[in-house]
Amino acid sequence: MSVAVRVIPCLDVDAGRVVKGVNFTNLRDAGDPVEMAKVYDAEGADELTFLDITASSSDRETTYDVVRRTAEQVFIPLTVGGGVRSGDDVDRLLRAGADKVGVNTAAVARPELIREIAERFGSQVLVLSVDARRRVADDGTADASGTATPSGFEVTTHGGRRGTGVDAVEWARRAAELGAGEILLNSMDADGTRDGYDTEMIEAVRRHVSVPVIASGGAGRPDHFPAAVHAGADAVLAASVFHFGDLRIGEVKSALRAAGAAVR
Amino acid sequence: MTAERTAERTAEPGEAARKKTVVFDYGFGNVRSAERALLRAGADVEITRDYEAAMSADGLLVPGVGAFAACMEGLRSARGDWIIERRLAGGRPVLGICVGMQILFARGVEHGVEAEGMGEWPGTVGPLKADADHAVPHMGWNTVTPAEGSRLFEGLAPDDRYYFVHSYAVHDWELTVTNPAMPPPLVSWAEHGAPFVAAVENGPLWATQFHPEKSGDCGARLLANWVASL
Repeated sequence: MSVAVRVIPCLDVDAGRVVKGVNFTNLRDAGDPVEMAKVYDAEGADELTFLDITASSSDRETTYDVVRRTAEQVFIPLTVGGGVRSGDDVDRLLRAGADKVGVNTAAVARPELIREIAERFGSQVLVLSVDARRRVADDGTADASGTATPSGFEVTTHGGRRGTGVDAVEWARRAAELGAGEILLNSMDADGTRDGYDTEMIEAVRRHVSVPVIASGGAGRPDHFPAAVHAGADAVLAASVFHFGDLRIGEVKSALRAAGAAVR
Repeated sequence: MTAERTAERTAEPGEAARKKTVVFDYGFGNVRSAERALLRAGADVEITRDYEAAMSADGLLVPGVGAFAACMEGLRSARGDWIIERRLAGGRPVLGICVGMQILFARGVEHGVEAEGMGEWPGTVGPLKADADHAVPHMGWNTVTPAEGSRLFEGLAPDDRYYFVHSYAVHDWELTVTNPAMPPPLVSWAEHGAPFVAAVENGPLWATQFHPEKSGDCGARLLANWVASL
């Protein structure tokens, strides 16, 4: 027996409401993240991730309240990311009931933030979220502009719109060294396509880090999930395919089990 | 977990029968999750570091996350070490979770630095080793091989899974009880690259390396078993 591959639904939460379409007919309020979390828990999700996309800081209290209410009713681990810039932000989320906190842009701007959080709260609370894209020239070969990163994968910010010139594989390796307990690897190219995870990117990162890697971006069919695991992912995350009801957690687990992966 | 067992677990005991528990609040651990899970297991719960409350509770739950040394230091500054000692001397139940279990051992070695633990059990908390098939931290749902006669795992199946998050563990159980009058400690094991101690039941002192409060229905059953033992 070995540790099970985790299947993680991700909810985008804006000012306390789930955004992106929701297609659950049995829900009293499909826009309520707490209700959604309970459904996913009942369906066998191994963890939950909330991505807080609240723009206004005055609405942040709503996020803490959502986290608090979720932690009261759901007995599986909860990760909350989005807009985390300091140790104090982490502290507030953990106190509200989050088990782990996702850090993204703020750590790209200031890598020391990773060490600060890991030293204060332990590596196990820190999920480093890496939004990465392939960096190649128009003809599909190496980037002619000379800005391609060594691995061919580049860290982006602002939802993939802005390149940083930072190599994604090297960044994941360094982040783990600084104290990140897990890498959430999100392919900005695959995100939204439903054509499958970027397995080459997963393989490249897996080769260079020993902390768990969560695959994200591109899930569309059940067989996409075992492919990510085969490439080295310890956990698989998806959002819209679950929210729209196109895939159920159970289907994904069956596909994983059929491919020989341990599941809960 | 079957639906039947779940129903059995969530059956509310009468008010008078509800056990009083305290989640020891010393700044290390998700006390809110522990509180909710104990309520779900049918116990009354208070989150506090108050001496009287912690001493008089039927059961004391000691959570813990982060670094061994920092946790131990936090526990000492809240006089938690003293409270645990006093409770155990009187045979009063204590449940340590995650780093709250680790600090019960003699010492922890993290990043090559050794820190002294409570020493309730001999042994060392050392690093898990990562390899191609085993990422560290060991993070996620794993199975446990319960000790024979375990009360903690009563009603749970061998393929049930519990949520682990840790980079350090106890790989060698060093306590041997030679006095035939003493019940031997029950040690349950899990494996991640190598076998490690997943849970201990030793008189009034019980502990788990995993997080029952985050382990869904199986964790709830396990906490209910602890509450029932109080």
